[in-house]
Amino acid sequence: MNELTNSVGACKRPLRLVWLQSGGCGGCTLSLLGEEAPDLITSLEAAGIELLWHPSLSEISGADTIELLKRLARGDQEFDILCLEGAVMRGPAGTGRFHMMSGSGRPVMSWIEDLAQRARYVIAVGSCAAFGGITAAGDNHVEACGLAYDGRSSGGLLGADFCAASGLPVINVAGCPIHPGWLVEVLHLIGAGRFSAADLDEWERPLAYTTHLVHHGCARNEFYEFKASAEKLCERGCMMENLGCRGTQARADCNIRAWNGSGSCIEGGYPCINCTAPGFEEPGHPFATTPKISGIPIGLPTDMPKAWFVALAALSKAATPVRLRKNATAEQLMVPPASRPKKRP
Amino acid sequence: MTRLIVGPFNRVEGDLEVELEIADDHVSNARVVSTLYRGFEHMLIGKVPDDALVYAPRICGICSVSQSVAAAKALAAAAGLSPTHNGANAINIIHAAENIADHLTHFYLFFMPDFARDVYAGETWHEAVANRFRAITGTATRDMLPARAQFMHIMGLLAGKWPHTLSIQPGGTTRSVSAHELARLSAILAGFRRFIQTRLFGDSLERFGSLSNADELEAWAAERPADSCDLRLFLHVSQALNLHKLGRGYDRFMSYGAYASTAGFLFPGGVFAQDQITTLALDGITEDLTHAWYDSLTMIEAPSAGTTVADITRSLAYSWCKAPRLNGKVMEVGAVARQVICGHPLIRDLVAQTGGNVLTRVVARLLEIALVVMAMERWIQEIAPGEAFCVHGAMPDCADGIGLTEAARGSLGHWLRVRSGKIENYQIISPTTWNFSPRDGEGKPGALEKALVGAPVRKGETEPVSVQHIVRSFDPCLVCTVH
Repeated sequence: MNELTNSVGACKRPLRLVWLQSGGCGGCTLSLLGEEAPDLITSLEAAGIELLWHPSLSEISGADTIELLKRLARGDQEFDILCLEGAVMRGPAGTGRFHMMSGSGRPVMSWIEDLAQRARYVIAVGSCAAFGGITAAGDNHVEACGLAYDGRSSGGLLGADFCAASGLPVINVAGCPIHPGWLVEVLHLIGAGRFSAADLDEWERPLAYTTHLVHHGCARNEFYEFKASAEKLCERGCMMENLGCRGTQARADCNIRAWNGSGSCIEGGYPCINCTAPGFEEPGHPFATTPKISGIPIGLPTDMPKAWFVALAALSKAATPVRLRKNATAEQLMVPPASRPKKRP
Repeated sequence: MTRLIVGPFNRVEGDLEVELEIADDHVSNARVVSTLYRGFEHMLIGKVPDDALVYAPRICGICSVSQSVAAAKALAAAAGLSPTHNGANAINIIHAAENIADHLTHFYLFFMPDFARDVYAGETWHEAVANRFRAITGTATRDMLPARAQFMHIMGLLAGKWPHTLSIQPGGTTRSVSAHELARLSAILAGFRRFIQTRLFGDSLERFGSLSNADELEAWAAERPADSCDLRLFLHVSQALNLHKLGRGYDRFMSYGAYASTAGFLFPGGVFAQDQITTLALDGITEDLTHAWYDSLTMIEAPSAGTTVADITRSLAYSWCKAPRLNGKVMEVGAVARQVICGHPLIRDLVAQTGGNVLTRVVARLLEIALVVMAMERWIQEIAPGEAFCVHGAMPDCADGIGLTEAARGSLGHWLRVRSGKIENYQIISPTTWNFSPRDGEGKPGALEKALVGAPVRKGETEPVSVQHIVRSFDPCLVCTVH
């Protein structure tokens, strides 16, 4: 163990972070730029992190960049954290030629492999880098995969047993895109030497946000309780029964931790598509339609006995207050909550 | 003659490589290479049409809403829907928020840091520019990031999140807003207006937006010291480096028209070439595959019948980018195109004097920040709380639709064909597909390839900084380009 991991509190030099992009949209970086209170640059400073290279932010370009990456890959220059945004592009036929690193004549896939061996921490930023994500949708003719997963299967580019020099596996900050806070907090904990394997769930995602369900804090919970369902997008009711919402199963704190000040997918009036999960890109049904068998949604909460769910749903539907029933299928509030009548003097 | 491969280009969205031939002190030839292929057009085949609204925005993290708008318009055309009055206004506000944030990100994070490079250390203006715009550590980044993040609260209110919202639908938006939320939107916009008036323009948006020719711009810049605001500082550097002589393209511009409403477009579209505005006939648009890594029966395809079959064995190919042409001609798209076509007098005059170049492209983008923020203020007032935001309709089993819009960096089109209730074909032509196309079958270079020819090479430079300015002046988005 070097001095950094032994006494991070006394760490003299900042942790150096290198960020690569491959088969993705850059949206996780753009989301990250929205980090607030404080802003991204201040947050990284506070975490003791120096951006050695980031494709959207760094000054150096071209040959200087390739030289830097070569030094890092050879081990001539130390760095601490490798972030990959976007899926690993293995195609066509395993050559990686669907994404060549500009100015280097080598597939990005090979650069990732080399750098991952040198980094103390490897972070997959977003669901593409973690699992393949949207880039692996359809028949995945581009052979996209994540760093340590290929969809729901262990492996990916680096293999199921990969551990970075810190001893940690690839940290999968999954999401499409990530919430800036998810990554920034991981970086802060790494910077403070307080991030360990115990902070990861079974997909190596940070427990900090995957101990929650998107359902937690959902402003439509009262509609859910009474199975007062929206039938069309833009209506106010629960979107689980008809509109494909996966909030009761999806693991993320989106309705506790606001997006862009006050938002979330459900706050935006559209269903959760479970974008932090491996394989979310191919749900097996249209995203905004709930698949059903005999009128009962297939995707019920994972840890609730189906019979109980059906029984409770029937009961709560029978008990739905008129207010919720009317509001559920309306765009605007039709019936506000009412208090008990005022006392007359 | 020296050959040079320049890449990776950071501070552009996505991956780019440029191959240069250098003769004496200038670039004599350029080939532009898009290096990443993901295959969204292939991925979409066989999906239910509405699922395009999940996949298409994820083509791009910086033009995500533009991709949503184009997909929603293509679906709306196929289903015979149009958005409600409130929905159209909300879509315009969401789209404007993305485009303005993109313009801002481009200027502060992507474009200006090149002038802080050490290669300019001897210039009188360098210290001021380096303090302000040095990548990551410059003071501008610290000012701009919080302003941008607060501005994006518009997305939290109207679109759930950014990027990758599903709120934009063929019939409007999924998020109705109340009067008090409209008040909140106005407050966010007022905060942003204060930032750009103070830091960027050093003047009111109204005044900057009303400058009508190059002389007025020059006089305006001279009113105050160069370091009094970021735009004046840029204009000062531009004058010192003759950026108006850098990166001229073909001077043929195209726009689909930006920000549609029942009243028409805020910036109407069309074609501008040789001082003439003409209407745009969509059937003149084709993509030439001669120098792109795709297999096809024919090398020139109309997008409605376009194909995307990756083939790295093609011997003439050097890019994953196809070569779009209008009536066989290369077009430049982006803020200059929009403003010259809709007739803004300042951009008309700049183009008349020196054409499309690094200076014009940057000024047009910043001008749009002023014009569009003022339009957003009006759109917020035009939303009627209590009225519908979205209408719904069924997609026919068999239908075709075209969705056209303007992303920050130019014209974006989606061509959709639905058969048996599924997507049978989906073709996308993105702004940077136009600007960064490879050569076509006739050997005509794309817009950037042309703009790079003649770029000066300073003494001792191995990678010309002029090339950096020209490339970034287009505000390219390479993830969109190939998709």
